[in-house]
Amino acid sequence: MTQTMMKTDFRREPVYIAVLALLLIAGFFLPSWLRFLLQTALAGGLVALGVAIQMRAGLVNFGQGLYYCLGGYAVGLLSAKLGITDVFVLLASAVVVALLAGALLGLLLARYREIFYAMLSLAVSMILYGVLVKAAALGSTDGFNVPPVTYLGWLPEREIRADVVYTLAAVLVVVSCLVVARYLRSGAGMLCEAVAENEIRLEYLGASPKRIVFFVIVTAAGISGLGGGLLAISTGHVDPLMTNWTTSGGFVFVALLAGRGSTIAPVIGFFLLELVQTYALDIAPNAWQMILGAVMLAAILLLPGGLWSLIDRRGKA
Amino acid sequence: MTQTPILTTEGLEKRFGGVVAARDISVALHAGETVAVIGSNGAGKTTFVNMVTGYLKPSAGKISFRGRDITGMSPRDTARAGIRRSFQISQIFPELTALENAMIAEIAALETKGSLSSHAITDARMHAARGVLARFGLEKFADTRVATLPQGVKKQLDIAMAAVDDPAVILLDEPTSGVSVDEKISMMESVITPLMNGEGTVLFIEHDMDIVSRFASRTIAFYEGTILADGPTEEVLRNDEVRKYVIGGTAHA
Ligand SMILES: Nc1ncnc2c1ncn2[C@@H]1O[C@H](COP(=O)(O)OP(=O)(O)OP(=O)(O)O)[C@@H](O)[C@H]1O
Ligand SMILES: [Mg+2]
Repeated sequence: MTQTMMKTDFRREPVYIAVLALLLIAGFFLPSWLRFLLQTALAGGLVALGVAIQMRAGLVNFGQGLYYCLGGYAVGLLSAKLGITDVFVLLASAVVVALLAGALLGLLLARYREIFYAMLSLAVSMILYGVLVKAAALGSTDGFNVPPVTYLGWLPEREIRADVVYTLAAVLVVVSCLVVARYLRSGAGMLCEAVAENEIRLEYLGASPKRIVFFVIVTAAGISGLGGGLLAISTGHVDPLMTNWTTSGGFVFVALLAGRGSTIAPVIGFFLLELVQTYALDIAPNAWQMILGAVMLAAILLLPGGLWSLIDRRGKA
Repeated sequence: MTQTPILTTEGLEKRFGGVVAARDISVALHAGETVAVIGSNGAGKTTFVNMVTGYLKPSAGKISFRGRDITGMSPRDTARAGIRRSFQISQIFPELTALENAMIAEIAALETKGSLSSHAITDARMHAARGVLARFGLEKFADTRVATLPQGVKKQLDIAMAAVDDPAVILLDEPTSGVSVDEKISMMESVITPLMNGEGTVLFIEHDMDIVSRFASRTIAFYEGTILADGPTEEVLRNDEVRKYVIGGTAHA
């Protein structure tokens, strides 16, 4: 019986604190290339989490990169073109832009399900890709660089800039995961699952599945926008690949792999994906898609409950 | 009965291609009544419930609830207005626990009333959700994933969810189907007794005439999409046509 309770039991705040502490400590010891990889994975992990939230409502979004890109470009445009450099203003703008886009798209998408939802969200993200690729003023396929950010007026010295950004990213990502975990274990999270399981019944209880889905879309958009903003600040660069289908496909892959036990899992999953990609590129430059495909297949066959099921299974035994 | 009915249908008709699933269905239900609907397989009983709750749009006719025309309203709006139903094949959230199922019904009810300020699962809401289960004797299944529950318990949970907030009219589609014959009466008791404590009107579809005569004061007999008889249960069950076409011809669902 306890195992059935696990499903919506996310009362694991200490886990989040521990993960954050681990990330912060690791920040001192990791070689800088690995820490950088971890940092970009933290940003992307938020987008994978956005995909995972939608999966709870039974929806697969194949275009979540849209909000990633919008968040990134919001930060890029404000800093590179308008000279706004305060990190908090920039990240808040990234979230707001993504939320607005999510609300607008949510009005359209909330009534679609299954393959229609997946394809429509993919289509919209590829429209943005097409527009950005053609926008010469924004560097077309190359994108453009994002200047260093300031922290309430403070511009860190060059040597510690990377440390500060890493710390900020770690804190924001873990806090976001915690907020999302709370959201999922509230009634709102239950309603999400109810949409996935039996929409008609939900209607007959007087609830509006469309409204529930709308809020899921908007929430997922918001955290993905934050992820995009963090990536822009981390790498100092944005480009249209952020909204390309290959990027979005990676998020879907990670969300599937991560399962539904923890909101940290997609972030860890995305980090692993980045690692695999890096090594696969080194070992077999032409075959990394194949390696990735093999990993994906293995994950689906061996771990239908996602990464988390490894830990969960042990807990139950 | 001299009071005005709470729910009326006038000349409802439903065709599926060549099949007439309902023809000239005119019924008036009064507050607090317990009504059985009988009829052999395919007689149009579920179709009637589907039309009243807005799942199916009648091809012709009118449905009124509390004097208001609700023909063509969506299931959600009829539910919000105060008409709830349970299903012939239980419609629950299989991967969730019984308590989570109840909580969803509770939250949906709050949303319906416009009094949902947050989705937080407070102690008060937890208590309310447990109450939903307790009312139908389902507390012991609170933490069980409902997909694993026996058929009868699933149907009780389905009814418990429909009964949250005491709807004015509750329509039960074969509450005892899928339950073994010797359990039917006790199951019906555990369902009807709490429902009758409310002020609501209860209508249930049933194939077992024992149950019908035991629990319903009024019975409506359906035959090939039409109403064959409607009146006090003893009279309807004695009616020659009903005996010939309905009771004689009743297959077990
Ligand atoms: N969605 C539908 N499409 C086509 N025909 C339908 C549909 N729903 C019901 N019917 C037909 O309408 C008739 C009445 O069906 P209904 O489900 O109302 O019967 P019922 O009295 O509930 O039977 P049972 O006791 O088997 O549940 C049947 O002939 C059925 O095949
Ligand atoms: Mg039926």
